[in-house]
Amino acid sequence: MPEGSDNDRESVDCLRGGVSVNPSSLEAWFMREVWPLEAVLMQYLRQNWRDQSAAEDLLHDVYVRVYEAARVQIPEHPKAFVLTTARNLLIGRVRHSNIVPIEALADFEAIQTAIDAPGPEQVVIARDELRRLNAAMEQLPPRCRKVVMMRRVEGLSRPEIALRLGITENTVSVYLKRGMSVLADILYGSSSDAGVAKP
Amino acid sequence: MRTENQTAPLTGTRAIKDMAADWLERSDRSDWGEQNVAELEAWLSQSPAHRLAYWRVKSAWERAQRLHALHPSKHVETTRAPWMLFRPIVFRTAAVLGAVAILGLAMVFLAPRSQEQTFSTRVGGHKIISFADGTQVELNTNTTVRTKLSSHERTVVLEHGEAYFRVTHNASRPFSVIIGNRRVTDLGTEFLVRRDDSRFEVALAKGRARFEVTDGVNNPSVLLVPGDAIVEKGGSISLVQETASELTDELAWRRGLLVFSHTTLADAASEFNRYNTSKIAIADPATASITIGGTFATNNVAGFVQLARNLLGLHVQSHGNAVVISR
Repeated sequence: MPEGSDNDRESVDCLRGGVSVNPSSLEAWFMREVWPLEAVLMQYLRQNWRDQSAAEDLLHDVYVRVYEAARVQIPEHPKAFVLTTARNLLIGRVRHSNIVPIEALADFEAIQTAIDAPGPEQVVIARDELRRLNAAMEQLPPRCRKVVMMRRVEGLSRPEIALRLGITENTVSVYLKRGMSVLADILYGSSSDAGVAKP
Repeated sequence: MRTENQTAPLTGTRAIKDMAADWLERSDRSDWGEQNVAELEAWLSQSPAHRLAYWRVKSAWERAQRLHALHPSKHVETTRAPWMLFRPIVFRTAAVLGAVAILGLAMVFLAPRSQEQTFSTRVGGHKIISFADGTQVELNTNTTVRTKLSSHERTVVLEHGEAYFRVTHNASRPFSVIIGNRRVTDLGTEFLVRRDDSRFEVALAKGRARFEVTDGVNNPSVLLVPGDAIVEKGGSISLVQETASELTDELAWRRGLLVFSHTTLADAASEFNRYNTSKIAIADPATASITIGGTFATNNVAGFVQLARNLLGLHVQSHGNAVVISR
Protein backbone atom coordinates (compact mmCIF):
# COMPACT_ATOMS: atom_id res chain seq x y z
CA MET A 1 0.00 0.00 0.00
CA PRO A 2 2.43 2.59 -1.16
CA GLU A 3 -0.08 5.42 -1.31
CA GLY A 4 -1.67 5.20 2.12
CA SER A 5 -4.35 2.79 3.24
CA ASP A 6 -8.06 2.85 2.54
CA ASN A 7 -9.03 4.41 5.81
CA ASP A 8 -7.27 7.63 4.75
CA ARG A 9 -9.10 7.88 1.49
CA GLU A 10 -12.25 9.57 2.62
CA SER A 11 -10.48 12.78 3.51
CA VAL A 12 -8.94 12.94 0.05
CA ASP A 13 -12.03 12.16 -1.97
CA CYS A 14 -14.42 14.54 -0.32
CA LEU A 15 -12.25 17.51 -1.22
CA ARG A 16 -12.08 17.13 -4.95
CA GLY A 17 -14.41 20.10 -5.34
CA GLY A 18 -13.73 23.82 -5.34
CA VAL A 19 -10.36 25.34 -4.57
CA SER A 20 -10.53 28.62 -2.73
CA VAL A 21 -6.92 29.25 -1.80
CA ASN A 22 -4.65 30.46 -4.56
CA PRO A 23 -2.00 27.78 -5.29
CA SER A 24 0.96 30.13 -5.13
CA SER A 25 -0.04 31.47 -1.73
CA LEU A 26 -0.61 27.90 -0.62
CA GLU A 27 2.87 27.02 -1.81
CA ALA A 28 4.31 30.01 0.02
CA TRP A 29 2.42 29.03 3.16
CA PHE A 30 3.88 25.53 3.01
CA MET A 31 7.34 26.96 2.55
CA ARG A 32 6.97 29.40 5.40
CA GLU A 33 4.99 27.37 7.92
CA VAL A 34 4.82 23.69 7.12
CA TRP A 35 8.16 22.43 5.77
CA PRO A 36 10.08 23.86 8.72
CA LEU A 37 7.94 21.70 11.02
CA GLU A 38 9.15 18.54 9.37
CA ALA A 39 11.79 17.72 11.97
CA VAL A 40 9.34 18.16 14.84
CA LEU A 41 6.66 16.25 13.01
CA MET A 42 8.98 13.41 12.09
CA GLN A 43 10.15 13.15 15.67
CA TYR A 44 6.56 13.02 16.84
CA LEU A 45 5.68 10.31 14.35
CA ARG A 46 8.72 8.23 15.23
CA GLN A 47 8.09 8.50 18.94
CA ASN A 48 4.49 7.48 18.56
CA TRP A 49 4.56 4.82 15.91
CA ARG A 50 6.17 1.51 16.52
CA ASP A 51 6.94 0.73 12.90
CA GLN A 52 9.77 3.21 12.28
CA SER A 53 9.97 2.39 8.60
CA ALA A 54 6.45 3.77 8.15
CA ALA A 55 7.37 7.22 9.42
CA GLU A 56 8.11 8.66 6.03
CA ASP A 57 4.79 7.46 4.64
CA LEU A 58 2.93 8.78 7.66
CA LEU A 59 4.63 12.12 7.19
CA HIS A 60 3.52 12.17 3.60
CA ASP A 61 -0.06 11.35 4.61
CA VAL A 62 -0.03 14.19 7.11
CA TYR A 63 1.11 16.58 4.37
CA VAL A 64 -1.67 15.46 2.04
CA ARG A 65 -4.28 15.98 4.76
CA VAL A 66 -2.89 19.39 5.64
CA TYR A 67 -2.85 20.31 1.98
CA GLU A 68 -6.44 19.27 1.42
CA ALA A 69 -7.58 21.33 4.39
CA ALA A 70 -5.42 24.34 3.58
CA ARG A 71 -6.71 24.48 0.01
CA VAL A 72 -10.09 25.36 1.44
CA GLN A 73 -8.83 27.62 4.17
CA ILE A 74 -5.33 28.35 5.46
CA PRO A 75 -5.22 27.25 9.11
CA GLU A 76 -4.68 30.02 11.57
CA HIS A 77 -2.27 28.14 13.84
CA PRO A 78 -0.11 26.09 11.51
CA LYS A 79 1.94 24.23 14.10
CA ALA A 80 -1.03 23.17 16.19
CA PHE A 81 -2.93 22.27 13.05
CA VAL A 82 -0.17 20.14 11.59
CA LEU A 83 0.50 18.30 14.83
CA THR A 84 -3.17 17.72 15.48
CA THR A 85 -3.50 16.33 11.98
CA ALA A 86 -0.63 13.97 12.72
CA ARG A 87 -2.20 12.90 15.98
CA ASN A 88 -5.57 12.28 14.36
CA LEU A 89 -3.91 10.27 11.64
CA LEU A 90 -2.18 8.08 14.21
CA ILE A 91 -5.36 7.64 16.21
CA GLY A 92 -7.17 6.61 13.05
CA ARG A 93 -4.46 4.09 12.27
CA VAL A 94 -4.56 2.64 15.76
CA ARG A 95 -8.33 2.23 15.64
CA HIS A 96 -8.13 0.44 12.32
CA SER A 97 -5.14 -1.74 12.86
CA ASN A 98 -5.41 -3.51 16.25
CA ILE A 99 -1.65 -3.55 16.21
CA VAL A 100 -0.80 -0.68 18.48
CA PRO A 101 -2.07 -1.04 22.06
CA ILE A 102 -4.83 1.36 22.95
CA GLU A 103 -2.93 2.99 25.81
CA ALA A 104 -0.79 4.57 23.10
CA LEU A 105 -3.65 7.01 22.63
CA ALA A 106 -2.86 8.55 26.00
CA ASP A 107 0.71 9.04 24.84
CA PHE A 108 -0.39 10.93 21.76
CA GLU A 109 -2.09 13.42 24.02
CA ALA A 110 0.85 13.66 26.40
CA ILE A 111 3.38 14.31 23.69
CA GLN A 112 1.07 16.82 22.06
CA THR A 113 1.04 18.81 25.27
CA ALA A 114 4.77 18.41 25.61
CA ILE A 115 5.39 19.81 22.17
CA ASP A 116 3.08 22.72 22.76
CA ALA A 117 4.37 23.44 26.24
CA PRO A 118 7.55 25.44 25.68
CA GLY A 119 5.55 28.42 24.48
CA PRO A 120 5.53 30.37 21.25
CA GLU A 121 8.26 28.92 19.12
CA GLN A 122 9.50 30.51 15.97
CA VAL A 123 8.87 28.25 13.08
CA VAL A 124 11.86 29.11 11.02
CA ILE A 125 15.10 30.05 12.65
CA ALA A 126 17.38 31.72 10.21
CA ARG A 127 20.45 30.55 12.03
CA ASP A 128 19.24 27.01 12.40
CA GLU A 129 18.31 27.04 8.79
CA LEU A 130 21.73 28.15 7.78
CA ARG A 131 23.31 25.58 10.02
CA ARG A 132 21.15 22.93 8.41
CA LEU A 133 22.02 24.20 4.96
CA ASN A 134 25.70 24.07 5.78
CA ALA A 135 25.28 20.63 7.28
CA ALA A 136 23.43 19.47 4.20
CA MET A 137 26.16 20.83 1.99
CA GLU A 138 28.81 19.11 4.06
CA GLN A 139 27.02 15.80 3.72
CA LEU A 140 27.04 15.95 -0.06
CA PRO A 141 29.92 14.19 -1.78
CA PRO A 142 32.62 16.77 -2.60
CA ARG A 143 31.91 16.96 -6.33
CA CYS A 144 28.16 17.15 -5.88
CA ARG A 145 28.63 19.86 -3.28
CA LYS A 146 30.88 21.80 -5.60
CA VAL A 147 28.32 21.68 -8.41
CA VAL A 148 25.47 22.75 -6.12
CA MET A 149 27.48 25.63 -4.70
CA MET A 150 28.51 26.80 -8.16
CA ARG A 151 24.98 26.66 -9.50
CA ARG A 152 22.97 27.85 -6.54
CA VAL A 153 25.26 30.08 -4.54
CA GLU A 154 27.65 31.42 -7.13
CA GLY A 155 25.07 31.39 -9.91
CA LEU A 156 27.28 29.92 -12.64
CA SER A 157 25.68 28.48 -15.77
CA ARG A 158 25.69 24.74 -16.36
CA PRO A 159 28.10 24.86 -19.32
CA GLU A 160 30.47 26.94 -17.24
CA ILE A 161 30.32 24.48 -14.34
CA ALA A 162 30.92 21.58 -16.74
CA LEU A 163 33.88 23.38 -18.22
CA ARG A 164 35.43 24.33 -14.91
CA LEU A 165 35.10 20.87 -13.41
CA GLY A 166 35.90 18.99 -16.59
CA ILE A 167 32.65 17.01 -16.53
CA THR A 168 29.73 16.72 -18.94
CA GLU A 169 26.57 18.79 -18.58
CA ASN A 170 24.69 15.54 -18.00
CA THR A 171 26.85 14.84 -14.98
CA VAL A 172 26.15 18.36 -13.77
CA SER A 173 22.42 17.54 -14.02
CA VAL A 174 22.84 14.34 -12.03
CA TYR A 175 24.71 16.13 -9.25
CA LEU A 176 22.16 18.93 -9.16
CA LYS A 177 19.21 16.61 -8.89
CA ARG A 178 20.84 14.68 -6.09
CA GLY A 179 21.82 17.89 -4.33
CA MET A 180 18.27 19.24 -4.54
CA SER A 181 16.84 16.09 -3.05
CA VAL A 182 19.33 15.78 -0.20
CA LEU A 183 19.12 19.48 0.65
CA ALA A 184 15.36 19.21 1.17
CA ASP A 185 15.70 16.17 3.43
CA ILE A 186 18.38 17.65 5.61
CA LEU A 187 17.01 21.16 5.69
CA TYR A 188 13.62 19.94 6.78
CA GLY A 189 15.03 17.32 9.09
CA SER A 190 13.48 14.12 7.81
CA SER A 191 16.69 12.67 6.43
CA SER A 192 16.85 8.98 7.10
CA ASP A 193 20.13 9.19 9.02
CA ALA A 194 18.29 10.83 11.90
CA GLY A 195 17.95 7.60 13.80
CA VAL A 196 15.77 5.18 11.84
CA ALA A 197 16.97 1.65 11.48
CA LYS A 198 16.40 0.42 7.98
CA PRO A 199 15.47 -3.23 7.49
CA MET B 1 -6.40 -8.24 8.16
CA ARG B 2 -3.63 -6.06 6.90
CA THR B 3 -0.25 -6.07 8.54
CA GLU B 4 1.95 -3.05 8.69
CA ASN B 5 4.88 -4.39 6.72
CA GLN B 6 3.10 -6.07 3.89
CA THR B 7 4.73 -3.98 1.22
CA ALA B 8 7.90 -1.94 1.27
CA PRO B 9 6.35 1.21 2.69
CA LEU B 10 8.88 3.73 1.42
CA THR B 11 8.60 2.98 -2.24
CA GLY B 12 5.73 5.27 -3.15
CA THR B 13 6.84 8.31 -1.22
CA ARG B 14 10.46 7.85 -2.24
CA ALA B 15 9.60 7.47 -5.89
CA ILE B 16 7.51 10.64 -5.86
CA LYS B 17 10.28 12.56 -4.12
CA ASP B 18 12.69 11.39 -6.75
CA MET B 19 10.40 12.46 -9.58
CA ALA B 20 9.90 15.84 -7.94
CA ALA B 21 13.67 16.40 -7.78
CA ASP B 22 13.86 15.37 -11.40
CA TRP B 23 11.27 17.99 -12.43
CA LEU B 24 13.00 20.65 -10.41
CA GLU B 25 16.35 19.84 -11.96
CA ARG B 26 14.83 20.05 -15.43
CA SER B 27 13.15 23.36 -14.67
CA ASP B 28 16.57 24.78 -13.81
CA ARG B 29 17.90 24.05 -17.32
CA SER B 30 18.33 26.79 -19.87
CA ASP B 31 16.19 25.03 -22.48
CA TRP B 32 13.17 24.82 -20.14
CA GLY B 33 10.23 26.19 -22.13
CA GLU B 34 6.48 26.65 -22.12
CA GLN B 35 5.91 23.14 -23.35
CA ASN B 36 7.78 21.86 -20.29
CA VAL B 37 5.80 24.11 -17.98
CA ALA B 38 2.62 22.53 -19.27
CA GLU B 39 4.05 19.03 -18.78
CA LEU B 40 5.07 19.86 -15.25
CA GLU B 41 1.65 21.30 -14.48
CA ALA B 42 0.04 18.12 -15.80
CA TRP B 43 2.20 16.01 -13.52
CA LEU B 44 1.47 18.23 -10.55
CA SER B 45 -2.26 18.01 -11.21
CA GLN B 46 -2.19 14.23 -11.11
CA SER B 47 -2.06 14.09 -7.33
CA PRO B 48 -1.57 16.27 -4.26
CA ALA B 49 1.36 14.02 -3.43
CA HIS B 50 3.13 15.17 -6.59
CA ARG B 51 2.44 18.82 -5.90
CA LEU B 52 3.57 18.60 -2.28
CA ALA B 53 6.76 16.75 -3.11
CA TYR B 54 7.57 19.32 -5.78
CA TRP B 55 6.82 22.30 -3.55
CA ARG B 56 8.91 20.81 -0.79
CA VAL B 57 12.05 20.20 -2.83
CA LYS B 58 11.62 23.53 -4.62
CA SER B 59 11.34 25.47 -1.37
CA ALA B 60 14.56 23.91 -0.06
CA TRP B 61 16.30 24.85 -3.27
CA GLU B 62 15.03 28.40 -2.98
CA ARG B 63 16.22 28.60 0.60
CA ALA B 64 19.63 27.32 -0.44
CA GLN B 65 20.12 30.52 -2.36
CA ARG B 66 20.52 32.29 0.97
CA LEU B 67 23.75 30.44 1.44
CA HIS B 68 25.66 33.23 -0.17
CA ALA B 69 29.31 32.87 0.40
CA LEU B 70 30.76 36.35 0.67
CA HIS B 71 32.36 36.32 -2.69
CA PRO B 72 34.49 39.26 -3.70
CA SER B 73 32.54 39.61 -6.94
CA LYS B 74 29.36 40.30 -4.97
CA HIS B 75 30.77 43.17 -3.00
CA VAL B 76 30.09 46.64 -4.09
CA GLU B 77 30.78 49.17 -1.41
CA THR B 78 34.20 49.81 0.00
CA THR B 79 33.69 53.35 1.21
CA ARG B 80 34.66 54.28 4.71
CA ALA B 81 33.77 57.27 6.81
CA PRO B 82 36.53 59.88 6.72
CA TRP B 83 37.93 60.70 10.13
CA MET B 84 37.68 64.40 10.74
CA LEU B 85 37.32 66.08 14.07
CA PHE B 86 38.50 65.15 17.49
CA ARG B 87 35.72 65.21 20.01
CA PRO B 88 36.27 65.73 23.75
CA ILE B 89 35.60 62.83 26.04
CA VAL B 90 32.89 62.99 28.68
CA PHE B 91 32.38 60.66 31.60
CA ARG B 92 28.90 59.39 32.14
CA THR B 93 29.46 57.85 35.51
CA ALA B 94 26.04 58.33 37.01
CA ALA B 95 24.19 56.38 34.36
CA VAL B 96 26.73 53.63 34.50
CA LEU B 97 26.56 53.36 38.29
CA GLY B 98 22.81 53.04 38.00
CA ALA B 99 23.27 50.12 35.69
CA VAL B 100 25.62 48.49 38.18
CA ALA B 101 23.02 48.67 40.89
CA ILE B 102 20.30 47.23 38.71
CA LEU B 103 22.18 44.47 37.03
CA GLY B 104 24.51 43.53 39.84
CA LEU B 105 27.22 42.96 37.31
CA ALA B 106 30.91 43.51 37.38
CA MET B 107 31.50 46.90 35.76
CA VAL B 108 34.75 48.25 34.49
CA PHE B 109 35.56 51.83 33.67
CA LEU B 110 38.10 52.67 31.10
CA ALA B 111 40.40 55.50 31.93
CA PRO B 112 40.40 57.97 29.05
CA ARG B 113 44.12 57.73 28.47
CA SER B 114 44.53 53.98 28.69
CA GLN B 115 46.55 52.54 25.88
CA GLU B 116 45.79 48.87 25.81
CA GLN B 117 43.94 46.77 28.35
CA THR B 118 42.69 43.19 28.55
CA PHE B 119 39.36 42.16 30.05
CA SER B 120 38.14 38.63 30.64
CA THR B 121 35.22 36.76 32.09
CA ARG B 122 35.35 33.25 33.50
CA VAL B 123 32.93 30.48 32.60
CA GLY B 124 29.54 31.75 33.77
CA GLY B 125 30.84 35.32 34.05
CA HIS B 126 29.16 38.49 32.79
CA LYS B 127 30.81 41.91 32.70
CA ILE B 128 30.19 45.34 31.23
CA ILE B 129 33.03 47.58 30.14
CA SER B 130 32.14 51.25 29.84
CA PHE B 131 34.14 53.61 27.74
CA ALA B 132 34.43 57.26 28.65
CA ASP B 133 32.30 58.24 25.67
CA GLY B 134 29.37 56.09 26.76
CA THR B 135 30.20 53.12 24.59
CA GLN B 136 29.59 49.82 26.37
CA VAL B 137 30.96 46.39 25.70
CA GLU B 138 29.08 43.64 27.45
CA LEU B 139 31.02 40.39 27.83
CA ASN B 140 29.31 37.02 27.99
CA THR B 141 30.71 33.89 29.60
CA ASN B 142 34.34 32.85 29.02
CA THR B 143 35.29 35.86 26.91
CA THR B 144 38.47 37.85 26.46
CA VAL B 145 38.81 41.23 24.75
CA ARG B 146 41.67 43.69 24.38
CA THR B 147 40.84 47.38 24.07
CA LYS B 148 43.06 49.87 22.31
CA LEU B 149 42.04 53.50 22.51
CA SER B 150 43.65 56.47 20.86
CA SER B 151 42.51 59.95 20.00
CA HIS B 152 41.64 58.95 16.47
CA GLU B 153 40.27 55.44 16.84
CA ARG B 154 38.79 52.92 19.22
CA THR B 155 39.58 49.26 18.70
CA VAL B 156 38.44 46.16 20.53
CA VAL B 157 40.03 42.82 19.74
CA LEU B 158 37.77 39.88 20.53
CA GLU B 159 40.16 37.05 21.39
CA HIS B 160 37.40 34.56 22.06
CA GLY B 161 33.87 34.40 23.40
CA GLU B 162 30.89 36.64 22.86
CA ALA B 163 30.22 40.33 23.40
CA TYR B 164 27.46 42.84 22.75
CA PHE B 165 28.58 46.29 21.65
CA ARG B 166 26.63 49.52 22.16
CA VAL B 167 28.65 52.11 20.42
CA THR B 168 28.43 55.87 20.76
CA HIS B 169 29.07 56.79 17.19
CA ASN B 170 31.83 59.23 16.41
CA ALA B 171 32.92 59.46 12.81
CA SER B 172 36.16 61.16 13.77
CA ARG B 173 37.05 58.36 16.16
CA PRO B 174 35.77 55.21 14.53
CA PHE B 175 35.04 52.13 16.59
CA SER B 176 35.98 48.75 15.27
CA VAL B 177 36.02 45.19 16.51
CA ILE B 178 38.77 42.93 15.25
CA ILE B 179 38.15 39.20 15.21
CA GLY B 180 41.18 37.49 13.66
CA ASN B 181 41.25 38.82 10.15
CA ARG B 182 37.63 39.95 10.28
CA ARG B 183 36.66 43.45 11.19
CA VAL B 184 33.37 45.12 12.07
CA THR B 185 33.36 48.91 11.92
CA ASP B 186 30.63 50.87 13.63
CA LEU B 187 28.55 53.34 11.69
CA GLY B 188 26.24 54.09 14.66
CA THR B 189 25.50 50.71 16.06
CA GLU B 190 24.52 48.00 18.48
CA PHE B 191 25.77 44.59 17.54
CA LEU B 192 26.74 41.15 18.79
CA VAL B 193 29.95 39.32 17.99
CA ARG B 194 30.60 35.73 18.90
CA ARG B 195 33.79 33.80 18.32
CA ASP B 196 34.09 30.13 19.26
CA ASP B 197 36.36 27.39 18.08
CA SER B 198 33.75 26.21 15.64
CA ARG B 199 31.92 29.35 14.56
CA PHE B 200 31.99 33.06 14.18
CA GLU B 201 28.98 35.32 14.08
CA VAL B 202 28.11 39.00 13.89
CA ALA B 203 24.50 40.13 14.32
CA LEU B 204 23.39 43.71 13.95
CA ALA B 205 20.67 45.01 16.28
CA LYS B 206 20.61 48.72 15.49
CA GLY B 207 22.19 51.25 13.17
CA ARG B 208 24.77 50.38 10.56
CA ALA B 209 28.07 48.58 10.58
CA ARG B 210 30.55 47.43 8.03
CA PHE B 211 31.86 43.88 8.06
CA GLU B 212 35.19 43.26 6.37
CA VAL B 213 37.47 40.33 5.79
CA THR B 214 41.02 41.61 6.13
CA ASP B 215 43.05 38.64 5.03
CA GLY B 216 44.92 40.76 2.54
CA VAL B 217 43.67 38.84 -0.48
CA ASN B 218 40.30 40.05 -1.69
CA ASN B 219 39.16 41.99 1.35
CA PRO B 220 35.44 41.63 0.69
CA SER B 221 33.20 43.83 2.76
CA VAL B 222 29.50 44.24 3.30
CA LEU B 223 27.33 46.91 4.90
CA LEU B 224 25.16 45.41 7.63
CA VAL B 225 21.71 46.72 8.46
CA PRO B 226 19.47 45.65 11.38
CA GLY B 227 18.42 42.05 10.97
CA ASP B 228 21.58 41.10 9.10
CA ALA B 229 23.84 38.46 10.52
CA ILE B 230 27.15 37.15 9.31
CA VAL B 231 27.68 33.50 10.08
CA GLU B 232 30.92 31.74 9.42
CA LYS B 233 31.23 28.04 9.87
CA GLY B 234 33.30 25.37 8.22
CA GLY B 235 35.22 27.93 6.20
CA SER B 236 32.34 29.62 4.44
CA ILE B 237 30.94 33.02 5.32
CA SER B 238 27.28 33.77 4.80
CA LEU B 239 24.99 36.72 5.20
CA VAL B 240 21.61 35.73 6.63
CA GLN B 241 18.51 37.51 7.88
CA GLU B 242 17.38 37.26 11.46
CA THR B 243 14.03 38.39 12.74
CA ALA B 244 13.84 40.69 15.73
CA SER B 245 12.63 37.88 17.93
CA GLU B 246 15.48 35.60 16.90
CA LEU B 247 17.93 38.31 17.82
CA THR B 248 16.17 38.87 21.14
CA ASP B 249 16.52 35.16 21.86
CA GLU B 250 20.15 35.28 20.93
CA LEU B 251 20.76 38.18 23.27
CA ALA B 252 18.88 36.54 26.15
CA TRP B 253 22.23 35.94 27.89
CA ARG B 254 22.29 39.66 28.67
CA ARG B 255 19.36 38.90 30.96
CA GLY B 256 20.99 35.71 32.22
CA LEU B 257 18.82 33.45 30.06
CA LEU B 258 19.13 30.91 27.31
CA VAL B 259 16.23 30.72 24.89
CA PHE B 260 15.86 27.59 22.78
CA SER B 261 13.52 27.22 19.87
CA HIS B 262 13.76 24.14 17.69
CA THR B 263 17.20 23.72 19.16
CA THR B 264 18.79 20.28 19.09
CA LEU B 265 19.78 18.77 22.42
CA ALA B 266 23.37 18.79 21.20
CA ASP B 267 23.28 22.55 20.60
CA ALA B 268 21.41 23.21 23.82
CA ALA B 269 23.96 21.18 25.78
CA SER B 270 26.86 23.02 24.24
CA GLU B 271 25.17 26.33 25.09
CA PHE B 272 24.85 25.29 28.75
CA ASN B 273 28.45 24.10 28.69
CA ARG B 274 29.57 27.59 27.76
CA TYR B 275 28.18 28.93 31.04
CA ASN B 276 28.82 26.12 33.49
CA THR B 277 31.77 24.19 34.81
CA SER B 278 29.66 21.06 35.10
CA LYS B 279 29.36 19.76 31.56
CA ILE B 280 26.50 18.04 29.79
CA ALA B 281 27.33 15.30 27.31
CA ILE B 282 24.88 13.71 24.89
CA ALA B 283 25.70 10.06 24.43
CA ASP B 284 24.29 9.18 21.05
CA PRO B 285 23.40 10.91 17.76
CA ALA B 286 19.69 10.05 17.97
CA THR B 287 19.41 11.83 21.31
CA ALA B 288 21.57 14.68 20.11
CA SER B 289 19.19 15.42 17.25
CA ILE B 290 16.03 15.74 19.36
CA THR B 291 14.83 19.33 19.16
CA ILE B 292 13.50 21.29 22.10
CA GLY B 293 12.20 24.73 22.95
CA GLY B 294 12.08 26.72 26.16
CA THR B 295 13.75 29.31 28.34
CA PHE B 296 16.30 28.53 31.05
CA ALA B 297 18.56 30.49 33.34
CA THR B 298 22.09 30.05 31.98
CA ASN B 299 23.09 28.16 35.14
CA ASN B 300 19.99 25.99 35.35
CA VAL B 301 21.61 22.76 34.24
CA ALA B 302 19.44 20.87 36.72
CA GLY B 303 16.26 22.17 35.12
CA PHE B 304 17.46 21.24 31.69
CA VAL B 305 18.45 17.76 32.79
CA GLN B 306 15.08 17.34 34.46
CA LEU B 307 13.34 18.24 31.22
CA ALA B 308 15.40 15.64 29.39
CA ARG B 309 14.45 13.00 31.93
CA ASN B 310 10.80 13.77 32.58
CA LEU B 311 9.52 15.26 29.38
CA LEU B 312 11.67 13.49 26.82
CA GLY B 313 12.04 10.24 28.76
CA LEU B 314 15.81 10.14 28.39
CA HIS B 315 18.34 8.51 30.72
CA VAL B 316 20.47 10.80 32.80
CA GLN B 317 23.66 9.77 34.60
CA SER B 318 25.92 11.95 36.68
CA HIS B 319 29.65 11.32 36.80
CA GLY B 320 31.24 13.86 39.08
CA ASN B 321 31.15 17.11 37.21
CA ALA B 322 29.58 15.67 34.09
CA VAL B 323 26.03 14.70 33.19
CA VAL B 324 25.49 12.18 30.43
CA ILE B 325 22.14 12.12 28.64
CA SER B 326 21.24 9.09 26.55
CA ARG B 327 18.29 7.12 25.26
